Amino acid sequence: MIDLEPPLLQVEGLSKLYGRNVACKNVTFKLWAGEVLCIVGESGSGKTTLLNCISAIQPQSSGRVLYQTRHAGTADVTAMSDAQKRLLMRTDWGIVHQNPRDGLRMGVSAGANVGERLMAVGARHYGHIRAEATGWLNRVEIDIDRIDDLPGTFSGGMQQRLQIARNLVTKPRLVFMDEPTGGLDVSVQARLLDLLRALVQDLQLAAIIVTHDLAVARLLAHRLLVMRRGEIVESGLTDQVLDDPQHPYTQLLVSSILQT
Amino acid sequence: MTMMRVKDLSKSFTLHEQGGVVLPVLDNINLDVMAGECVVLLGPSGSGKSTLLRSMYANYKPQTGRIEVRHEGAWVDILSAAPRMVLNVRKRTLGYVSQFLRVIPRVPSLEVVAEPLRNIGIEAAAARARAAAMLERLRIPQRLWSLAPATFSGGEQQRVNIARGFISQSPIMLLDEPTSSLDAQNRAAVITLIDEAKARGTAIVGIFHDEDVRRRVGTRQFDVALARPT
Repeated sequence: MIDLEPPLLQVEGLSKLYGRNVACKNVTFKLWAGEVLCIVGESGSGKTTLLNCISAIQPQSSGRVLYQTRHAGTADVTAMSDAQKRLLMRTDWGIVHQNPRDGLRMGVSAGANVGERLMAVGARHYGHIRAEATGWLNRVEIDIDRIDDLPGTFSGGMQQRLQIARNLVTKPRLVFMDEPTGGLDVSVQARLLDLLRALVQDLQLAAIIVTHDLAVARLLAHRLLVMRRGEIVESGLTDQVLDDPQHPYTQLLVSSILQT
Repeated sequence: MTMMRVKDLSKSFTLHEQGGVVLPVLDNINLDVMAGECVVLLGPSGSGKSTLLRSMYANYKPQTGRIEVRHEGAWVDILSAAPRMVLNVRKRTLGYVSQFLRVIPRVPSLEVVAEPLRNIGIEAAAARARAAAMLERLRIPQRLWSLAPATFSGGEQQRVNIARGFISQSPIMLLDEPTSSLDAQNRAAVITLIDEAKARGTAIVGIFHDEDVRRRVGTRQFDVALARPT
């Protein structure tokens, strides 16, 4: 019954080769609006390459990425012009990099980092932009007193929250995140995870999140894809994959988690 | 009215980490659960009670058989349904109270309990009011409501978990030892909750360690050991 609804994103037979090395092999899956999908696997399994190919950061070797656009029906992202891809990336998509420095403009203030994305989609009224930026800093728990400071003066956790605000200000429907909590202290991670969890729920965001941390996946994801050597070896409901893993590799991953 | 049907269910575990040993646990289980009854799963430890209960929530993945749930007027086999459908069934029809609370960092107890209501579209203030009433019934002191349950005692965490499980009044509920670490007074509060759910027509399947609880809430017993592969 709910499956009559068309998927937001369809990845079909996506492969990526580096010379003779296979980074991703024949990856196929669908994602629906409001769904959070985590791609898990060890480093070198091809997770980040897959994310980069789907989000049009890197060209794929073969396969298609079909996206349900807001106004122009389903489009193959990999066949879009660079201008079309850029428009998609600054309106309907958000891309949160593992290192906030890759996703922020370090030379402009925190407020400008958020406001800039609004201006890119046509906002012109300074007061509105400032108000929107203030609202978002608030939402990601950054003190308003810091609005005119450069991101370089922020801690790692704050930079990551700022990057999230910058991405979400244009109300995207799909967000890509690569290890969003990587490199942060555990207490800072918990705060960020809680924030992400609330945001995806409130905004009904669809998200594809790459992580090697199964605890992060359990907390955020509706569904998991387990990758090994560029291939999806297991997929399904998050709690089912983690509590009753079927594939030998998934069993190895799950049994390797330290119990506290 | 039948609310849930377990049909020809078999489940074994293959332990790839241990040389591919296969452990058969459930073999050809058939069980119907009606509205307003509480089916108590029986059997010695290791007989597969928890495996059956977790399979009925699609938390475990049986190899063969069906688990059909009456969901918004239609039957859904949660073993073959798409993950999105299973999540929808869990949100609106099928509740599960596990033995332990899986704590979400930083989220206050009141929000933990209110969340299932928020997920079905009930507005925040109303959800919080119902969560508060539920926490009160389960005798969680008000000073703890604004705190994340991570630092609570085992019994307090279990009661927060029960509050979260019972708050949305799911038509079907699966209970995995919900009273295991509770004292007599709190156990009585939980028994009352279960009795009220039955009176509303909730179909319940549960594992109860305590003989007295079993006798008081159970309307029927299902011996998993008798259906066990030999």
